[in-house]
Amino acid sequence: MRFIRKVSYEQDINLVKHSGHILWYGLLLLVVCTGPLWLDRFLMGEFSLVFIYAIAGLGLMLLVGYTGLVSLGHAAFLAIGAYTHAYLLNLGVPLPVAMLSAALFSAMIGGLVGIPALRMTGIYLAVATLAFAVIVEQVLVNWESVTGGFRGMAVPRPELFGVQLGSPMAFYFLCLGLLFVSLLLVMNILRSPAGRAMTAVRDSETSAESMGVHLARTKTMAFALSAAFTGLAGALFAHRLTYLAPDAFTLITSIQLLLMVVVGGLGSLHGVIFGAIFIGLLPQGIAILRDTVPASVAQIPGLEPAIFGLILILFLIYEPQGIYGRWRKVRLFFEEFPLYRKATYKRQKSFLRTERLH
Amino acid sequence: MEVLQLVISGISQGCVYGLIALGFVLIYKATEMVNFAQGDIMMLGAYVAITFISIWDWPFWWALPATIMTMAVVGIILERALLRPMIGEPHFAVLMLTIGLGFVLRAVAGAIWGNEPRALPTPYVGEVLNIGPAVIGYENLAIIFGTATLCLLIWLFFRFTRLGIAMQAASQNQLAAFYVGIPVKRMYSLVWALSAAIAGLAGVLTAPVSLVDPLIGFVGIKAFAAAIVGGFGSMPGAILGGLLIGLMEQFAGLYLPPGFADMSAYVLLLVMLLIRPQGLFATMQKKKV
Repeated sequence: MRFIRKVSYEQDINLVKHSGHILWYGLLLLVVCTGPLWLDRFLMGEFSLVFIYAIAGLGLMLLVGYTGLVSLGHAAFLAIGAYTHAYLLNLGVPLPVAMLSAALFSAMIGGLVGIPALRMTGIYLAVATLAFAVIVEQVLVNWESVTGGFRGMAVPRPELFGVQLGSPMAFYFLCLGLLFVSLLLVMNILRSPAGRAMTAVRDSETSAESMGVHLARTKTMAFALSAAFTGLAGALFAHRLTYLAPDAFTLITSIQLLLMVVVGGLGSLHGVIFGAIFIGLLPQGIAILRDTVPASVAQIPGLEPAIFGLILILFLIYEPQGIYGRWRKVRLFFEEFPLYRKATYKRQKSFLRTERLH
Repeated sequence: MEVLQLVISGISQGCVYGLIALGFVLIYKATEMVNFAQGDIMMLGAYVAITFISIWDWPFWWALPATIMTMAVVGIILERALLRPMIGEPHFAVLMLTIGLGFVLRAVAGAIWGNEPRALPTPYVGEVLNIGPAVIGYENLAIIFGTATLCLLIWLFFRFTRLGIAMQAASQNQLAAFYVGIPVKRMYSLVWALSAAIAGLAGVLTAPVSLVDPLIGFVGIKAFAAAIVGGFGSMPGAILGGLLIGLMEQFAGLYLPPGFADMSAYVLLLVMLLIRPQGLFATMQKKKV
């Protein structure tokens, strides 16, 4: 058990809380940076996907986990980022510019979606974003001159200052680098006044407003930022797919993204990473599982979404705090051994949480 | 007389949306939970009916009540196993849980009945009624008639029976209902049973029109839009919203470029959320402090 001696108020918002953080996160950074040494080409590709998911998850976590606005339509922002990026690359725009524009354009659309979203809460907002995602999907299908419709759209190979980044190793480092930058950005956003305003809005809109938080501005900003990160992830995702078609960005994708932040643990950045690893590597796990179970079970169509669904259900019933919540409990158990009390993390249930007026 | 034809098929499609939306609204009103798997429960209902009629060779008029009863039991089981532990959890968690449930139900249906579309034989399939130049299938009439009957029954149930009134009480104020001796948890189970039974009926009615495959549950999303357009929490609103969306889809399909028909439900939803977020029949208001 570590006790931190506080000597100044700034310590509360320091990125690094104590020297242990430097050691462990430094080690983690070392491990992922040396990834190409101990990963084969295939696994390197899979880990790139995990990094992409993690960037998208950072965006979604800002919105769902930190601002308390649920979006069932984040695949739309992923799609907007991917298509913008590919479209600009096809026009001959250099990679960093295209990527930045993808993020910015996505942020712009996100802000536009955020404005009407100010009037809605909870389930209404979730459904409005869902409707938005379906409309974006239809636009992708029908606006053939730009998106290529169902025929799809090829994505040029990534190239930076004349260097090809198409190889798995280069792409791995591209994704890793962008994840690192995004993570730093999000961590800093969260400790800035803007980020604290978001958390305040999540915990209680009324008290946030009475403390002088500008609700409309905070929510719109949360939407825009969230869309920006998801759009950036979309740009990388475009390279991963190499060929864009509307069926890569369906409702299922949105739900997978949401599943990622829920299973990882809402309201924590660790949760994003855990969730991304989970979502990114689960299909591989299922593929391995398929080989071990009898063929009659393995051949069930839709087995993969079903396992996703089942895991989601089990997490929501037994561990709503997600993987990170479980990890914290395990850690506390060892830190306080033998004095750990289950009640520390007892869930508070609230009854009659109603929005209706009788 | 294209318009009449469109109106009739729009109304019959709208009735299906309305029935599913009714299931959403019942559960939401009573338990404050949003059941995103309602469409998939409807899909399950259609498959149960197929099992009774095509595989076990039961006569249609036996199979219909049997399907509805089976679905009611399924509803109770789902509530007891999955939703009971979630009482008091945030709305969002329940929403995610039912989305997960939808995935599982689709895979289960695919595993049991296969993924190829199947038809449901009914005594009235293929017969048509000619009204002037318009040709109307009996299956469409069955949907409209079935929905109307069901609405009447539900209205009578909630208006006149002890159980219906107890359910209303539980939905209006859980604590107060509990204090006056209404078994609130049992009411929850029964509401789930009722809503799954309605979904079962919707499945039987819609199966002859569109073939049944594990993915038909996705109409649930459009029905969800219907429920919100009608004002989430209002039963007449759910049916009306369903009809509105059904009609709009038909006309958008005819008069607008392709792609708009599928989108129209969502455009209507977004417009509605912008100009009148509380829906046609408002039952919700912003919580005051």
